[in-house]
Amino acid sequence: MFSSARCLLLCTAITMASTGLAAAAEPGHFGYGEKATPEQIAGWDIDIRGDDGAGLPAGKGTVARGGEIYAGQCASCHGTFGEGEGRLPKLAGGAGTLRAERPELTVGSYWPFAPTLWDYINRAMPIAAPHTLSSDDVYALTAYILHLNDIVGSEFVADQNSLPKVKMPNRDNFVWTDPRPDTAAKPCMSGCAADVAITSTAEGKNLTPRTSGPLDTMSSK
Amino acid sequence: MGPNLRRMAAASRHLLGRRSFLGLGAALTGSLALGRPEQADAQPASPPADAPWSQTAGSGVVDRPYGKPSDFEAGVIRRNVPWLTAGKESSVSFTPLQDLHGIITPNGLFYERHHSGRADVDPAQHRLMIHGLVGRPLLLSMQDILRFPQVTRTHFIECSANGGMHWRTSQLNSLQFAHGMIGCAEWTGVRLSTLLEEAGIKKEARWVMVEGADSAHMNRSLPLAKCLDDCLLVYAQNGEALRPEQGYPLRLVVPGWEGSVSIKWLRRIKLGDKPWYSREETSKYTDLMPDGTARGFSFLMEAKSVITSPCPEKPFPGPGLHEIRGLAWTGNGKVKRVDVSMDGGSNWQSARLHEPVLSKALTKFTLPWRWDGKPALLQSRVIDETGYVQPTIAELRKQRGSNSVYHNNSIQTWQVKGDGSVFDVQLG
Repeated sequence: MFSSARCLLLCTAITMASTGLAAAAEPGHFGYGEKATPEQIAGWDIDIRGDDGAGLPAGKGTVARGGEIYAGQCASCHGTFGEGEGRLPKLAGGAGTLRAERPELTVGSYWPFAPTLWDYINRAMPIAAPHTLSSDDVYALTAYILHLNDIVGSEFVADQNSLPKVKMPNRDNFVWTDPRPDTAAKPCMSGCAADVAITSTAEGKNLTPRTSGPLDTMSSK
Repeated sequence: MGPNLRRMAAASRHLLGRRSFLGLGAALTGSLALGRPEQADAQPASPPADAPWSQTAGSGVVDRPYGKPSDFEAGVIRRNVPWLTAGKESSVSFTPLQDLHGIITPNGLFYERHHSGRADVDPAQHRLMIHGLVGRPLLLSMQDILRFPQVTRTHFIECSANGGMHWRTSQLNSLQFAHGMIGCAEWTGVRLSTLLEEAGIKKEARWVMVEGADSAHMNRSLPLAKCLDDCLLVYAQNGEALRPEQGYPLRLVVPGWEGSVSIKWLRRIKLGDKPWYSREETSKYTDLMPDGTARGFSFLMEAKSVITSPCPEKPFPGPGLHEIRGLAWTGNGKVKRVDVSMDGGSNWQSARLHEPVLSKALTKFTLPWRWDGKPALLQSRVIDETGYVQPTIAELRKQRGSNSVYHNNSIQTWQVKGDGSVFDVQLG
């Protein structure tokens, strides 16, 4: 049996705990840090939403201007026609290969949304000096790369109104909800696999860097 | 070479000689194989002789103010596959699982995945911005973040491309390269929900964008429900400040989900009503199916396990009693059971799970086995607390074909040959 004093203590503790929890959910409970100002937010608020282009800034760029910037800033890695130098990413081509033995995933063959291209160039390219291009230049490059993929004509002008309207060829082939688990293996314990045969082995393929001594510098395969 | 060094060298050679006696030679590499001297005299360090390090005073304290492994462990390092990526800035290195013995990955060996190189961030200038659909947009310094209530949790982080080179066929004969895009650490920081509630979540918010301060400005979208459930904003890993490679001074940890959402060098969190469909969640980190469709937002890392001893890097030294050792994990929560097969999946026996068995963390398993020296096909299979059973590669391919770079959580088969050597194979 609880004494009334003990109950009082316990009840007070519960009340305090729940008050604490409720208060923690109130904005500004801790009061640490400062309120981000509109100017501070504007400097960092660079994200563009892929499916509707929300966040695209003012400005515009033509395919022709994009070609000039591309030649100077992009072609050395991505190739004159977006074909990709060496193992660097291919930007164009690959149409109709998604069900092939070796699919080529490019902006034209795979990317679902055109504004994502603007967002990525703006935030991450060129790799040696990311986020240094003007909005107009990013629009122009976006227009040029879409044109390399035959998605827009040579007269296309990219801006905050035109880009979200570009229908990417692979747009409707994405499933955005995870269907897994998509396997239903059973934990069989004996006599489970009837015919066990080795179908492939890494032995003798000469693809494995050494795992002792200094780092391996094996050349590209 | 002074007498002390000569004796050290002799001791090293003695170790090598012992391994040759075991018939392994160069096959047993990695640990202990690197202090190998070019020249040495024949003074032994084993009984009955007294070892050189037993006959002179060693280095004093603070000889190495920040400790480091023995020089004899110099080969236990993260390694890359040079042919895999065009350069090292957008690339990956692999954890040397073959030389680790616990569920915690040492900080210097935790695998790296950068999208535009490692950012070296000054914590005094670093800021975290929380804005979008919030009542009170916040700007927090690291000092501010350290004041919030602290939590510590142990979780794995695994790149969804771990094992990705083996979707089509066995390629890399190595535990490190076939499975090393994973690490597990004790993370300390603040619950993401604490910070989001501090900013005030507007009722129409459903998704959260997280963005790094690296030059890729790497960003991903996460459902708000996951952020409020168990995500952490961490500044410490295994008790010390994050390493720059792991996002110093601040990273997100999204337990049980693909590593690319655990944004490093975290600088911005924005709440919105829909996902952002960024480059890293459309053109990358999506799963191409055989019918040409692709799966996006396939965040969960399903259950996986692997035998870490023996493995290609750690062959059997000879017949006799061996302890089969391995690791298992699942993004669904806790590992419930691990079974081991010696005959390519026909017959199985359950292994012993070692405590602690933590949610969304590596779990260690062992099983003693007397190897008779005959060829064997070793496998492990994990079952998690939801009842999910780790599939074979054939079962996965039946559903997903082999063009899917990510989420290969299939059962690993190690072929053990009569001489004890181990090879990565696939069964059909």
